[in-house]
Amino acid sequence: MSAGARLAAGLRPAVALGSGLVFGLGLSLSGMLDPARVRGFLDVAGDWDPSLAFVLGGAVTVSAAAYALARRLRRPALDARFHEPTKTRIDPPLILGAILFGIGWGLAGFCPGPAVAALSTGALPVAVFVLAMLAGMGLHAALPASGARFTAASRDAR
Amino acid sequence: MLSYLPSFAGGLLIGLSAAMLILLNGRVAGVSGILAGLGRPGGLRWLADGAFLLGLMLGPVAFAGLTGAWPQMRIAASLPILTLAGLLVGFGTRLGSGCTSGHGVCGLARLSPRSLAAVLTFLASGVLTVTLVRVLS
Repeated sequence: MSAGARLAAGLRPAVALGSGLVFGLGLSLSGMLDPARVRGFLDVAGDWDPSLAFVLGGAVTVSAAAYALARRLRRPALDARFHEPTKTRIDPPLILGAILFGIGWGLAGFCPGPAVAALSTGALPVAVFVLAMLAGMGLHAALPASGARFTAASRDAR
Repeated sequence: MLSYLPSFAGGLLIGLSAAMLILLNGRVAGVSGILAGLGRPGGLRWLADGAFLLGLMLGPVAFAGLTGAWPQMRIAASLPILTLAGLLVGFGTRLGSGCTSGHGVCGLARLSPRSLAAVLTFLASGVLTVTLVRVLS
């Protein structure tokens, strides 16, 4: 590895820290740390709260511009290549996983990002949710049928 | 409409975070995937994933520092329900290779049909769940 490549690699954790901070700040500002608001968005037949649509709209607008730019670049600034998901097939695990995730999301009003961010508030229910979520991930990794295959495949497909 | 401005602005920041991660590090900002990667310690990749999650947790702290108040958080679910929900979210996001950030913020931006299918599915499943819970309780 050249000195330049070593420096670039060393900068990646710092960029990740900054990116995480901006993500967490965005979640806090957007109101998405509030499970009542998230569930209000999912309650389309009740007292609907459209907030989450504005959050997703704002986020996808910026990230779509970034991904469009990335497509014109040969590599990211600090790595030799882009690590984008390789799977393209819409298969049963994708759909079943999304169904299970949606049920949990609707029950709690938390998805992984806001739950991890909210850990710093010190609220016990958040810690309980995150521990259970980690257990669910561990369970998936431990299942011989799904674990090895899907985790290996999705390691780069995040 | 103006009351949704913070939501939109927060969304722009989330998009900026995803932009930083793909353009600088070449990585997709998917929180469930990054979280699962923590189970395989060691190396620069692991360090970067840990740093991202640390930053994510510092976000609300920075928000509190800037505004003088913690973000609002109203949790209606009981601890047993939160446990069940956490298990479903953890298992489901691994089986389905992503969550709201990976499939939603990044996958839709990448125009991935697979992510669009996942987003439509978990939105439908979430809507159905919230509706059922409201009707039954």
